[in-house]
Amino acid sequence: MMISVQGLYKQFGEVEVLKGIDLKIQKGKVVVIIGPSGSGKTTLLRCLNVLEKPDKGKIRIGEKELDFAKSVAKQEIHAFRRLTGMVFQNYQLFPHMTALENVMEGPVTVKKEAKAQARQKAMDLLKKVGLVQQADQYPFQLSGGQQQRVGIARALAMEPEVMLFDEPTSALDPELVGEVLKVMKDLAAEGMTMVVVTHEMRFAKEVADEIIFMDHGRIVEQGKPEQLFINPQHERTKQFLRLIE
Amino acid sequence: MVKMYLSYLNNIMMDHDRLERLASIAQSSLLPLVKGALYNTIPLTIITFFIGLLLAILTALARISGIKLLHGMARVYVSAIRGTPLLVQLFIIFYGLPNLGVTIDPFPAAVIGFSLNVGAYASEIIRAAILSIPKGQWEAAYSIGMSYGQVLRRVIFPQAARVSIPPLSNTFVSLVKDTSLASLILVTEMFRKAQEIASTNYEFLLVYTEAGLIYWVICFGLSIIQDRIERRLNRYIAR
Repeated sequence: MMISVQGLYKQFGEVEVLKGIDLKIQKGKVVVIIGPSGSGKTTLLRCLNVLEKPDKGKIRIGEKELDFAKSVAKQEIHAFRRLTGMVFQNYQLFPHMTALENVMEGPVTVKKEAKAQARQKAMDLLKKVGLVQQADQYPFQLSGGQQQRVGIARALAMEPEVMLFDEPTSALDPELVGEVLKVMKDLAAEGMTMVVVTHEMRFAKEVADEIIFMDHGRIVEQGKPEQLFINPQHERTKQFLRLIE
Repeated sequence: MVKMYLSYLNNIMMDHDRLERLASIAQSSLLPLVKGALYNTIPLTIITFFIGLLLAILTALARISGIKLLHGMARVYVSAIRGTPLLVQLFIIFYGLPNLGVTIDPFPAAVIGFSLNVGAYASEIIRAAILSIPKGQWEAAYSIGMSYGQVLRRVIFPQAARVSIPPLSNTFVSLVKDTSLASLILVTEMFRKAQEIASTNYEFLLVYTEAGLIYWVICFGLSIIQDRIERRLNRYIAR
């Protein structure tokens, strides 16, 4: 088991956003989380790399486990985050660094890799996402789709066990969505474990091994795409799927 | 009034000897004034600005740290400095502290006073600049495994610098001119030199104007440097 989540709770002020999430994800699987806004899907994803600190519950990724019922040291959280790579809705590239420098940043600053080696690796990753030509450009010189592909390369540079995608195509113009999804499909085909929050139902149907439908802070239904999309069991799932058709 | 003034000007203009005297005083006072600027005004400005900047960064970080004690200390410090005149602060340090048995030489006393002052004012600039960087930048940096210090150094400060250069330049220019107050705690910076020179020849208008012009030249030079830095830091911003 690559990821295992047990009894995860998270509250923002008075609002309970996650009300007891249990989840298991096997190595190499692509899991897509869908659900209406406010269902807690993004919060769940952000809990997986502790950008949100859960109030209660356990998260295990690979060999490392964090138990949030106890206090967790900062160093543990930093180490835990290195198991995952995160791709953000608004890319969040570092604007003062070129595409290449963005990708090199983690290996050089966090892993203390030698610059020459990190540069070589970063160039390979930029090649993989089709942006060798743009290596020396700043984020403002790139299109949204290009920025997001740099974002994916930056996350991959840390050689994570799991890639987390938070609505990676929501901020993109429609004609740029395809280039990002293609990179994600390639990654899935290479056997990367991926957790994706998205509204791209075609991607979900084509690429996901498993779909999770969340509502009101709970996992309502979970299953293979052909099962969940064609024959949903819960009324709430049916409703949601009708709305997005 | 105007007539009187014009006739006064006329008198000065017509008096050839007087013109010659003024020219010679202007010339002979230039070197001591420039020396005062080079040996005291400029070093005082540069040293205090960097100590003040360091204080400002620490104070800003304390204020956004969320640690109550640090936050409280930082607020009291900023409030006390901003709420009292700089001249009073300098007098407390130089003339007041000896009552407690703490005697500090003029120059170091000035460094302490001005640094504390710059630290308080600039901390608000730095705090605003740090807070202007989107939260997503922190998250992106954390997501690749960075520690708090690494996020600050590699991601936040370089971007905050761009935002804070114009207001910090204001602080720097003000500081250049404020150092003239150090004359009152016996630092022989440029303005004190001007007072000394003028008190021997009574040409106050000439000598003080000359000093004013030198301040202006220094500040003009600084604005050129500010321009260069801004242009460099703006290279990654879309226009």
